[in-house]
Amino acid sequence: MKKNRLLFLLPYLLWIGLFVIAPLVLILGYSLTDAHSHLTLQNFAAFFSGGTFLRMMANSFWYALLITFFCLLVSYPAALALTRLKNQQFWLMLIILPTWINLLLKAYAFIGIFSRSGMVNQFLGLFGIGPVGIMFTDFAFIFVATYIEIPFMVMPIYNSLKEIDPALLSASSDLGASFWQTFRYVIWPLSWPGVESGIQAIFIPSLSLFMLTRLIGGNRVITLGTAVEEYFLTTMNWNMGATIGVILIALMLIVMLLTSRKQHKKEIEL
Amino acid sequence: MKKTIWGRVYFGLVLLILYLPIFYLIYFSFSSGSSMDHFRHFTWEHYQTLFADKRLLAILLETIMLALLSSLAATVLGTFGAIAIQRSKEAYRKILLSFNNILIVSPDVIIGASFLILFTALGFSLGFASVLLSHIAFSVPIVVLMVLPKLKEMDNSLIDAAQDLGANNYQVFSQVLLPALTPGILSGFFMALTYSLDDFAVTFFVTGNGFTTLSVEIYSRARQGIDLEVNALSTIIFFFVLLLVGVYYFLTKRQGKKANKLGGLLR
Repeated sequence: MKKNRLLFLLPYLLWIGLFVIAPLVLILGYSLTDAHSHLTLQNFAAFFSGGTFLRMMANSFWYALLITFFCLLVSYPAALALTRLKNQQFWLMLIILPTWINLLLKAYAFIGIFSRSGMVNQFLGLFGIGPVGIMFTDFAFIFVATYIEIPFMVMPIYNSLKEIDPALLSASSDLGASFWQTFRYVIWPLSWPGVESGIQAIFIPSLSLFMLTRLIGGNRVITLGTAVEEYFLTTMNWNMGATIGVILIALMLIVMLLTSRKQHKKEIEL
Repeated sequence: MKKTIWGRVYFGLVLLILYLPIFYLIYFSFSSGSSMDHFRHFTWEHYQTLFADKRLLAILLETIMLALLSSLAATVLGTFGAIAIQRSKEAYRKILLSFNNILIVSPDVIIGASFLILFTALGFSLGFASVLLSHIAFSVPIVVLMVLPKLKEMDNSLIDAAQDLGANNYQVFSQVLLPALTPGILSGFFMALTYSLDDFAVTFFVTGNGFTTLSVEIYSRARQGIDLEVNALSTIIFFFVLLLVGVYYFLTKRQGKKANKLGGLLR
């Protein structure tokens, strides 16, 4: 039986070594060396001394925050409404279905919708508002990113809402709580784990969106993800690209620690 | 129940917004001309160009091939991994799981960039093989996460019983373990398939000049502007997905374990 276990373990360990540990070590190595493979902290110094990089980092963080916030704003009521429908599995399916359409195709659709003579401007034209340049703005970028992430927020929130015992809601209203009171003191706190995993699922990918900044943001919206892509594939300065990557990983770890700590605190409160 | 009505209206609105861009693409795939603003007149022209476009069709086929191959390999590796994790001691199990989850939480750009460094460091040339290996690599952890709960649910005395009855290791594996894990393995496979089909960033980094997937191709076409051939392609993809999801929904509905498995469909 021992030999048997090894048979299952070995390929898996090989995978971890080759595709999890090795890439991490390599990217860290690149960030700590210069073009001639000399050990240096120069890349990090460049990142933290130049205003461009810091502004970029702040930008990415801010955009990711906005995207996550709007996503939550749209998705929470939708998930709540979904729990009160008949045939919930069917409607849930309809929410998930768009995630199966390639991301690039959805982004591409918005190039048409937001163009100067596209649907939105035709609609605005009905009210006499002349064509507005929507493409290549922050608004377009945040809108499309939010659009893409909505299903990933609805799912976890819906799941946590479904786990709430309906008796609690009846109890709350029997005790004279209004809908808002029930929501504030019963539904919202109990659905928090779902909101949390939704935030985790959206915030981290939002930090590194790069094809959207290119297609919809028109190179104007610069995020850390765009910068990594640019340094790796355009300017070929892998050391700097790796440095930005390492900082992105660090940011990601901070976000994960923050959300998991909250979870811990909540357990104590209950 | 006023609230229910407003809830329904709102939910309908969200669905409308979710589907609007997709239907917008489909609508203009039937319009003559070459822009997505005014519907001129009905035509199949873009579908004809699409089916005459050997290059794009080849890319489509290669993308599907890549997805099938990579998810198959990832499913085998991931299932082995899940079994290995389940049979490890508690302390090791936690370590293995954290390593497993690193690729799930990493941003695509980081995965792509670090794999690019890895392949260059190994002297591996970029192309179909590097893309295939990358797709296998980032699909493994999700398969593990799908199979693991099934392993935990499984009654271990079944394995003891089989062994007591004289089954050898292979028989235990193929006739006791695998059948019990099948639902988890299947959802893992499906997830790996979607991961692979949907991936853009990682492929973009590790594909050389010789090999392209659909995502990368659409990206480079979309950067050049609107091309209604892409619309025709999205229409076909949409109906194909609709068919797949319909079949999947029907199958899971029959099995009566809907909620659980539907969750597995996401991402």
